[in-house]
Amino acid sequence: METLVHSAPFTGYVYPNETMIPWTILIVVYPYLTGLVAGAFTISSLYQVFGFQQLRPVAHFALLVSLCCMVVVPIPLLLHLGHPERAFNAMITPHTTSAFAIFAYAAAFYVILLILETWFVFRPQIVQTAKTTKGPLGWVYRVATLGSDDLSEKALSYDKKWLFALAIIGIPGAHGLHGYVGFVFGSLKSREWWSSDLMPVIFLFSAIISGTALVIVLYVVSCRLRKVPVDLACLKVMAYSLWGFMMFTLLLEGLEFASMVYRGREGIDVIMSFVKGPLLVPFFILQFGIGSVLPLAVITFFIWRGTSGPTLVVAITTSACLVLLAVLMMRYNVVIGGQEIAKTGKGLLAYRPPIFAREGLFVAGCVLVLPFVLLSILVRFLPPWHEAESALAKGMPSVIAH
Amino acid sequence: MEDKEKLEGQQTGRREFLSCLGSALACSAAAAAAGAITTGTVATTAAEAAVTEVPPNPAIPGYDWTQHQWAFGVDATKCIGCLRCVEACKKENNVPQDAHHFRTWVERYVTLEGEETARVDSQADPVNIAASGSESEYRFADRYRDAKVELAFFVPKLCNHCTHPACVQVCPTGATYKTEDGVVVIDHTYCIGCQYCVQACPYGARYFNEETGVTDKCTWCYHRITKGLQPACVEVCPVGARIFGDRNDKQSAISQFIQNNRVSVLKPETGNAPNVFYIGIDKDVS
Repeated sequence: METLVHSAPFTGYVYPNETMIPWTILIVVYPYLTGLVAGAFTISSLYQVFGFQQLRPVAHFALLVSLCCMVVVPIPLLLHLGHPERAFNAMITPHTTSAFAIFAYAAAFYVILLILETWFVFRPQIVQTAKTTKGPLGWVYRVATLGSDDLSEKALSYDKKWLFALAIIGIPGAHGLHGYVGFVFGSLKSREWWSSDLMPVIFLFSAIISGTALVIVLYVVSCRLRKVPVDLACLKVMAYSLWGFMMFTLLLEGLEFASMVYRGREGIDVIMSFVKGPLLVPFFILQFGIGSVLPLAVITFFIWRGTSGPTLVVAITTSACLVLLAVLMMRYNVVIGGQEIAKTGKGLLAYRPPIFAREGLFVAGCVLVLPFVLLSILVRFLPPWHEAESALAKGMPSVIAH
Repeated sequence: MEDKEKLEGQQTGRREFLSCLGSALACSAAAAAAGAITTGTVATTAAEAAVTEVPPNPAIPGYDWTQHQWAFGVDATKCIGCLRCVEACKKENNVPQDAHHFRTWVERYVTLEGEETARVDSQADPVNIAASGSESEYRFADRYRDAKVELAFFVPKLCNHCTHPACVQVCPTGATYKTEDGVVVIDHTYCIGCQYCVQACPYGARYFNEETGVTDKCTWCYHRITKGLQPACVEVCPVGARIFGDRNDKQSAISQFIQNNRVSVLKPETGNAPNVFYIGIDKDVS
């Protein structure tokens, strides 16, 4: 039988109830996933709304990445709840003063928006494929058209207007959703490590870099798998975006930490001993050093040198992988770190995630892998690749190509 | 015990709310679309949170919650650290019998000669558990026997039943709420077990019960006080270190306690406005 109580060892004085860490590794995965959603959506929006034509090869792919991550977001939360079957209580009677009450609505709204946008983006492909595919799969495509098989120029320009509107609504939607996740933590006055006005902004920027990094990695991997060359111009724009947003993120994180240390409120001694002790490796080495400064330096170096070709692809992809690690560590250091500093201001706890428990590392790993399993299925059903789109566009009115 | 806290009035509130569900859906979608998710929440202060959606008077025979305003006092100068309160509370309220779940606990503050700050422990400290021999038996080990103790005192702790409770503010379903008579309770049949309230409480007064899948905490023994009894911890305290009563009654023990002493509360800077009043604590207590 599964052990019910996984208590955390502590040093100093902690309140007796604090030895049970309330939010576990699954609550690390939750903001990480919503961050990937917001970041991937940003890449998609840079093309859809702001007209970054270089991003065309990844725009639709980024949208699918965002969708696949988003549908998985509620899973870690549901797994965490003591009574997941009551989850809808928060929707039926949302307690309006709770920062968490609106989550279900915001998430549901955003999933619908993503599905709608995906449908409009892929409608021409769905209609075309529905006409040419036979058997059960053909039926699936025919159902997916929702009876709308008009591909006339008028209909397509109408689609375009919808897409533009949805993408515009999606920008505050995606970023609001993630900024709000930061607010869930930042608004709690009980924990000095979380209680910061900058928390939502830091969450937002780190979300954008993690999503961008994920799209970079997945795009390069997909090119390898499909045996097509990587579009260097596209990769460079993503690397520039990553670089810019990373600078902001690092500055904000530095400012937040400096403010907390400079204010030096009650309990800062314990926080400093935490930062210099248990947080040294996960924070300074993994998140800050290897995950942030190193990729920033690598991207700066290769762009400054004007490197091109496979070396640049390897450099950017490696950097993006490191950024993904840094943001995961950031989520860990915020969510778990905040709870390892006791509310007494007099002690530290040490969270040790179990491996095979409902809220253990194995389950968290499965949740993290799930979006990619979904994505690998979805890209077969709705190929988001530039070439597929171009091939399709040959037999279609010109408006599709954009 | 928890069923007794489930007040039937809340059901009515939910039905009323359900009728407004359609408009709430539309409003939420619009708010999300405008990216105004956080602003809507920011605008609600902890003070407002405490007064929202209070259900009507509970169906407890002979009890009218509009007639009472309960409060709790702790005289730390009297506490001898016997921990009978902890034991009584665990038994009375079916609190898990381990060292990680407490509705009330006692802290020991010891300042040794030449030291600036106090050393703090509670009955849940491993040294004290080793001394008692069991997590379900409570004792303070004689760990300072050979040290030169300059100052030592005990501080009983429990839920502060704040006037502006942060736990009530953050509860996403309204399962935890403040009653008219000043007690913060939890509807265990409605709690989803997200533990946001556990995070929000600055006093560490809440715990998650892994067996029942819901959050729990001190209710000042609501099932007892609404029948005219004292909370279990107050009842068993051999030295009168715990004082409980109705502030509406100016002659009650708690009213007199607050009137006749210079009382303080824990962590006043949080703005939670606790309703557990202390005397005899010093700067190290938080």
